[in-house]
Amino acid sequence: MAQAVARSRRGGGTPGSSKLVRYLSYAALLALTAVYVAPFVWMVITSFKTNPETTASVPTWIPQPFSTEGYDAIRDPALDTPVLKWFVNSVIAAVFHTLLVLATASTAAYALARLEFRAKKFIFGLIVATLFIPPIIFLIPNYLIVDTFGWIDSLMAVIIPTAATAFGVFFMRQFFITLPDELEEAALLDGANHWHIFSRIIMPLSKPALATLGILSFLTNWNDFLWPLFVLVENRTLPPGLAVLQSANTTDYAIIMAGGVIASIPVLILFILAQRYVIEGVARSGLKG
Amino acid sequence: MATTEGATGSVARTTRKAAKGSSKSVGASHASALTPYLFMAPYLLLFAIFVLAPLVSALWISLHNWDYLLPGKPFTGLDNYTDLFSGTGTAGLFWQSMSATAQFTLYSVPPLVLLPLGVAIVLNQKIPGQKVFRAIYFAPYVLGVAVVGILWRYLLDPSVGLINYYLGRIGFSGDLPWTNGLPWAWIGLVGATVWWTLGFNTIIYLAGLQGIPRDLYEAARVDGANNWQAFRNVTLPQLRPVILFVTTVTILASANVFGQSYLITQGAPGGDTRTAIMYITDEGLGRFRMGSAAAMSIILAAALAIIGALNFRFLGRGDDY
Repeated sequence: MAQAVARSRRGGGTPGSSKLVRYLSYAALLALTAVYVAPFVWMVITSFKTNPETTASVPTWIPQPFSTEGYDAIRDPALDTPVLKWFVNSVIAAVFHTLLVLATASTAAYALARLEFRAKKFIFGLIVATLFIPPIIFLIPNYLIVDTFGWIDSLMAVIIPTAATAFGVFFMRQFFITLPDELEEAALLDGANHWHIFSRIIMPLSKPALATLGILSFLTNWNDFLWPLFVLVENRTLPPGLAVLQSANTTDYAIIMAGGVIASIPVLILFILAQRYVIEGVARSGLKG
Repeated sequence: MATTEGATGSVARTTRKAAKGSSKSVGASHASALTPYLFMAPYLLLFAIFVLAPLVSALWISLHNWDYLLPGKPFTGLDNYTDLFSGTGTAGLFWQSMSATAQFTLYSVPPLVLLPLGVAIVLNQKIPGQKVFRAIYFAPYVLGVAVVGILWRYLLDPSVGLINYYLGRIGFSGDLPWTNGLPWAWIGLVGATVWWTLGFNTIIYLAGLQGIPRDLYEAARVDGANNWQAFRNVTLPQLRPVILFVTTVTILASANVFGQSYLITQGAPGGDTRTAIMYITDEGLGRFRMGSAAAMSIILAAALAIIGALNFRFLGRGDDY
């Protein structure tokens, strides 16, 4: 691998060995692709099986017979695993959370990037410092705070508190400081105020950054597991719902995998459509954790 | 902290050439002193309630016998901490969970740092389809831990899982206890985690590799360096801030492991794979003993801070930040 990179950077060593490296690389990448694709395919196939077939001693890659039992079962409102309701909850939570992050992070970042005031360094330093605090510290106190607001089992609990993350402000500020100063100098001479500059000049120029932050926020919220597992009791989103689905149907894998497919489809579509933003966002700042 | 910012910044610089040095004041005279604070007010309100207040309150709660279900929450000083360090009561279970977290971190960080580096180097050869491979390897990351957990719980199932079936087909025992026996449970948890997050680290490495100036390799070739020497003397040093960043982020993510164990092993066997965060959530939000849970989370956070600092000390070598 080391040779490979060096050689390609150097415009190719001896042609023969370069070709060999290339073939070996391809073989390795294709093998890894199989490891990545097979579990997805298995999840989808299993979701279309009848339950006995999901635990057959010889696994089958084509459902015999093809069945939608798994999907029918989780649509049944009589069951205590209302996957459709969880799905709707997840959509509502992720959409409103994303809008809240975009609105609060971009306004705060505008002040921190493009206005001058005495406490600027201190406030930005304080916000960034909290990025490095392990999130477990916040769990118990925030549970009590959310409880005080009466938000236990309310979607407010998964929309609002997580929007306080420092990541959005940091991310937007790093983008805003790259925009040229002449933008507002001209506007200020024309008598525009800072709200106009922000909403009419800076925001329209920041669409790529807003798209990236919006998509990352949506994905993070859609996938959040630990926090909703404890603050939502009945009115769940999909990730804690999947845990309930798993423990309520211990070996009914058609139902469990159908739930997994339903939780995966929106984020996979989003990823395919907006791949550039997701990958650039990760490459630029990282969102793990 | 400043160092991590530096590492992040260098990743950013490699992908974004337009970056300017620093912000400048613009039109300060036109803005009233209040303007910046009006812009920041909505965010700062959230920040104060859900970030700053909990930080202080975590410390405060940890100094009390804070039972959510009881009316009285008596101040007990450092008792919650001394109980844990002297091994009183259920403290042993907490340390078992800390040890499980340390083991998971130890087992998962090397593959999560090294495999993506290898994948990124292969992909960086301008291979046709590079972007398709990159997207496929990253795809599991957008699913989240809940989907990954239920899917791998099924794949790793000792009796009906695909993994044991195919291991049996190629001549292994085929009944390995991936979800409830050691060391198999660790291997299963690490494997599922690598499948989940390999693409994340790969993307960060690729951005770093693409930012290494080509003329460095040309200079190395003029000096007669072979491929290994070019890797050793150009790629590795140039990539060091990125490797440090990936290692740090991966250590912190692994030490925060929760969902995989919760969904795949449920802590089995006998609590051996029950992680610190699983135990803290049990204690604080299952049994509602929030005082001791807060103390535990502060101990865990302190341990992570120490590991983070050591990481920079040894990997960062402290000379160029």
